[in-house]
Amino acid sequence: MDTGLILFTAAFGLILIGSAGIVLSTHLVRIIFGIALLEAGANLLLLLATFREGSSAPIIVDGRIPAAMADPVPQALVLTAIVIGVGILALALSLALRVQRAYGTLDLREVRQRLEQDIANEAGIDMSSSRDAPQAVVTRQEDPA
Amino acid sequence: MRRLSSALFLLGLGLLIAAIFQTMEFGSVAPIAGQAINAVAADQVGAANFVTAVVLGYRGFDTLLELTILFTAATAGGLVLGKPAAGASRDPDSGFILRAGADLFFPLLLVVGLYIILHGHLTPGGGFQGGVILASAFFIPILARPGTSMDHRRVSMIEGFAGASFIFIGLLAMLGGKAFLTPLLDKGELGALLSAGSLPLLYIAVGLKVGSELAGLLAQLSETEAID
Repeated sequence: MDTGLILFTAAFGLILIGSAGIVLSTHLVRIIFGIALLEAGANLLLLLATFREGSSAPIIVDGRIPAAMADPVPQALVLTAIVIGVGILALALSLALRVQRAYGTLDLREVRQRLEQDIANEAGIDMSSSRDAPQAVVTRQEDPA
Repeated sequence: MRRLSSALFLLGLGLLIAAIFQTMEFGSVAPIAGQAINAVAADQVGAANFVTAVVLGYRGFDTLLELTILFTAATAGGLVLGKPAAGASRDPDSGFILRAGADLFFPLLLVVGLYIILHGHLTPGGGFQGGVILASAFFIPILARPGTSMDHRRVSMIEGFAGASFIFIGLLAMLGGKAFLTPLLDKGELGALLSAGSLPLLYIAVGLKVGSELAGLLAQLSETEAID
């Protein structure tokens, strides 16, 4: 099979699986992992966009200059993107930890319901009086810890 | 309903990306900026690794902003997680194998990390990659013994010093009438350890900053109380 096709399919798959994780799942940690997958796919795509057949790494070893060298610009960009991705991942996970501690769940539907409930309580109104209030989904009868 | 709209969105996204891929040719892309940089980087910057020449020589300002993003993420992470409550329960020490392995790996990871940072302008690697290895050198002992805590004050001292010296080297170039972060000092012989002017110094600063930031952030995450 063609190498290019395999690599492009990998980038395509990573981007699509990551996006699917972000829009389809309601669990916060899964959404964060979706972002990480999407990032990996985007990085791979960026490198593939400038790949040239038969080119070597843009590094001079022992004074020998290779005939064809890969483009160093996208490599530097991907280096940047990976580091920023790690920062985003760490920050997102610490925010998820806080959500878990505050609401006792990481399910976005439940978190949203609790959030709206809190807002309604603070405002001193009944939740059902708001047109935009979320429909009741899973009702957990636990005491909020 | 929400599922349906999400699936439709995914279908559209997939078609869009597939259409972009149709226009891309694999393996025969005409290089534009890359070829020009590959032709002149050895003379202009003096680094044998052209990726380093791009990261620190041609777009050093971007790298500074990237470090700022990492700093912001680490600071925000610390802010969000907060200090663990006094007397919070900690995990017990791990087993013998992990403890012995952590002790054995610490000097090895330290040496490898420093080697990769110092040779960033010659071989694949550099401040970011070596910094991550340095961070893992300091984080693995915490995994082995969760009871010990990291000296966060000292970590932030190293981090602040590294960030300040990166900016200071950039400002030194401005004193000479050049643009911010222009490579300074003698370029030296191509491929020698002491070459490429001020680029190795910048990479040492980057490595220390990335290492201390990540180690601090990971330690903060592990010090957070476990949720029952």
